Amino acid sequence: MIQALVLKVITKLMVGFIILFALYVQFHGDYSPGGGFQAGVIFAAAFILYGMVMGLQNVERVLPPWLTHKLMALGVIIYTLVGIYSFFVGYNFLDYGALSPAHPEHGQHYGILLVEFGVGVTVAGVVISIYYAFVNRSKTSKEDE
Amino acid sequence: MIGDTLSQVGTLLATHSIYWLFIILMMTGFYIVVSRGNLIKKIIGLNLFQTSVFLFYISIGKVTGGTPPILPMKLKVDDFSVYSNPLPHVLILTAIVVGVATTALGLSLIIRIRESYGTIEESDLLEINRKIFSRENVQDLQQGDLFKDE
Amino acid sequence: MNSPDIITSTKSFLDHLPVLQVLFPFAFAPLCVLFGHRKIALYITISACALAFVISLLLLRQVLIVGVVSYELGGWPPPVGIEYRVDFLNAFLLVLVSGMAFLTSIYLIGTMHAEIEEDKQTLFLTCFLLCISGLLGVLITGDAFNLFVFLEISSLSTYVMVAQGANKDKRALTAAFDYLVMGTIGATFFVIGIGFLYAATGTLNMYDIAERIREDLPNRTIQVAFAFILVGLGLKGALFPLHTWLPKAYSFSPTPTAVFLASTATKVAIYAIIRFLFSVFHSHPSMLESVLINIVMPLGILAMFAAGGIAFYQRDLKRMLAFSSVSQIGYILLGVSFMSTIGLTAAVVHLFNHGISKALLFVCTGIIFLSFGSSFYKNIKGLGRRMPWTSAAFLIGGLSLIGIPGTAGFISKWLLVQAAIEQGSWLIVAAILISSLIAILYVWQVTEIMYFAKSPSTETKEYLGPSSFLIVWILAFSTVFFGLNTSFTVEYSSKAANLLMNNFTMEK
Repeated sequence: MIQALVLKVITKLMVGFIILFALYVQFHGDYSPGGGFQAGVIFAAAFILYGMVMGLQNVERVLPPWLTHKLMALGVIIYTLVGIYSFFVGYNFLDYGALSPAHPEHGQHYGILLVEFGVGVTVAGVVISIYYAFVNRSKTSKEDE
Repeated sequence: MIGDTLSQVGTLLATHSIYWLFIILMMTGFYIVVSRGNLIKKIIGLNLFQTSVFLFYISIGKVTGGTPPILPMKLKVDDFSVYSNPLPHVLILTAIVVGVATTALGLSLIIRIRESYGTIEESDLLEINRKIFSRENVQDLQQGDLFKDE
Repeated sequence: MNSPDIITSTKSFLDHLPVLQVLFPFAFAPLCVLFGHRKIALYITISACALAFVISLLLLRQVLIVGVVSYELGGWPPPVGIEYRVDFLNAFLLVLVSGMAFLTSIYLIGTMHAEIEEDKQTLFLTCFLLCISGLLGVLITGDAFNLFVFLEISSLSTYVMVAQGANKDKRALTAAFDYLVMGTIGATFFVIGIGFLYAATGTLNMYDIAERIREDLPNRTIQVAFAFILVGLGLKGALFPLHTWLPKAYSFSPTPTAVFLASTATKVAIYAIIRFLFSVFHSHPSMLESVLINIVMPLGILAMFAAGGIAFYQRDLKRMLAFSSVSQIGYILLGVSFMSTIGLTAAVVHLFNHGISKALLFVCTGIIFLSFGSSFYKNIKGLGRRMPWTSAAFLIGGLSLIGIPGTAGFISKWLLVQAAIEQGSWLIVAAILISSLIAILYVWQVTEIMYFAKSPSTETKEYLGPSSFLIVWILAFSTVFFGLNTSFTVEYSSKAANLLMNNFTMEK
């Protein structure tokens, strides 16, 4: 854990903005550059920054490792559900038009939003999980030595 | 004669510079994978190798004089407006994710290798593996003929 | 894109079969993680595999009725959108892969707790499901780049599954790392090839590519693309000089992984090679012919001999089987390189038959491994008395590897010999027969140790739960069954081969 006060204060300030920016990139991904992959990584970056400055215990209290595992799975399930939904309305798999049969363009819009949200959740979960896995590993291997 | 060839090469370099960059990067990456013994350097080489292919894909999506493929809502898209091909970018987004997954998996394997072998140098690893292998075989020999009674 | 007639017509369950085939394992994988408990995850895995198997059978029936089943994802019509396209060739192999996945998942009931660490079992099953969906995706997709993505989904999860052998032998880690490096290079080569094809044609749909490169004279871009794709897929499929990852990966991975990989993973890569040769590049027959005859055929024959010879000198069952796999891949490629209907039939039948017999052999090896802690020859002395059931099943698998009449291996070798005779190349006939003799040598060696060497103790010690017993004998039975009754395998393979060769001869 780092004792520098400035770093800690700045990090606390930054984390909120980083998450906000992630949400912006997430939900404007359909009209401007961005989307689930980028947003997920930015979202994860907020937590990784917090973990690096405040220590692993603190960030794991906010977002425990088991939760990141579930997030990975949850995103994929969101994606699959969007795809399967179109079955039941009589469309092909992942045909976003199914989400708004009267206005297929709107359906495209909703579809992309939902799928990108799933992607974002999974990517954030995966990147944070990778971070946890690597950091925890260095802790255990130090104990071994 | 030589002048002609040189100028040909010159134009080739000038007009296809992105391909040359792609080939040089690709070969650099590939060379690192093959020649370096350090596993982390191998992964870096592998990354370079993959990245060069991404570069190649994105370069073939470029249309001369084309605008970015994101068009404002208000702007009418007529049949003559030229925009770059967005498909290679989309493909490469997927390929980048594959690359990230490969890198993460490779690095985590390296950590596990470091923990159980105590080294990440390929020559040392090969030596250790060879020792294990020969120990197994020596036991085999010590037991003598496989068909002898015990 | 969404024409009104699509909106009004409600599609039945049967219309969605192609996507459901991939979707079941893919959608059940996150459920394993979400529930988290290993018992629940195991049941999820088994049900996903069972569903996939049922769907593959339904698809096969559908292909019999309509010929080619095409499915457009997201409602975008084929050249633009991703198309799933099922014809005889991949319908047949879908049955193999999903069937093997189902059998492996049942085999996991009795052996997973002994092979995989407890806290990793859920994630292992997740990787297993992702690997299945990747392999099924490679088989079913008609889009070249989508094929790459599925190939990498299956490969990445395979690396993880191979590395799980580390709790028994730490060499599994280096094996997985080598496989990762080689596999990634292979996949990247493949992507470069696809990039060149895309640059040349502007499309990624395989059938569209085939249409568009038809008009072109042999041009450099397409030749380079072909070379990159062949080498890339060759790395994934363990084509002879590119096979070095395979023995390590098979012998150090947990046996359920080895069973599944040996029966499906390389087969799927070879399917992709066949697909690219005969459904994409068939419009350049002279290029194909020169590559197949000058490169693939010699390498195939070399694999039959060299890998078979190396297999003879192994002292470990798993390694022996791994090298024999490399040699059997040689037979398959030899069949492909004849460029005749019967040769291709032989190749496809051998994909299937070898998949079954190798799975049988690896399942038996797994049981031996769990009973004695290793599968070295020195530990299997007199096994015929100590583990009568497993040894008998192993013998059946071994006979099929040689190609003794009455086993599945005989059928494919017989077809291969027929194809060679048809070409009039007696040298190749001789090569097939001599390499079968090498197979006799390495199988006989094991049989001799199993049945004629005296064992240190005579007590029967068979690690054989009801599920493993079931799997061993289902596989042994089908090895014999497909050796006696060829109506299923040969019929479908020859239909597939006819279809592919039709494309080819039309160009000539």
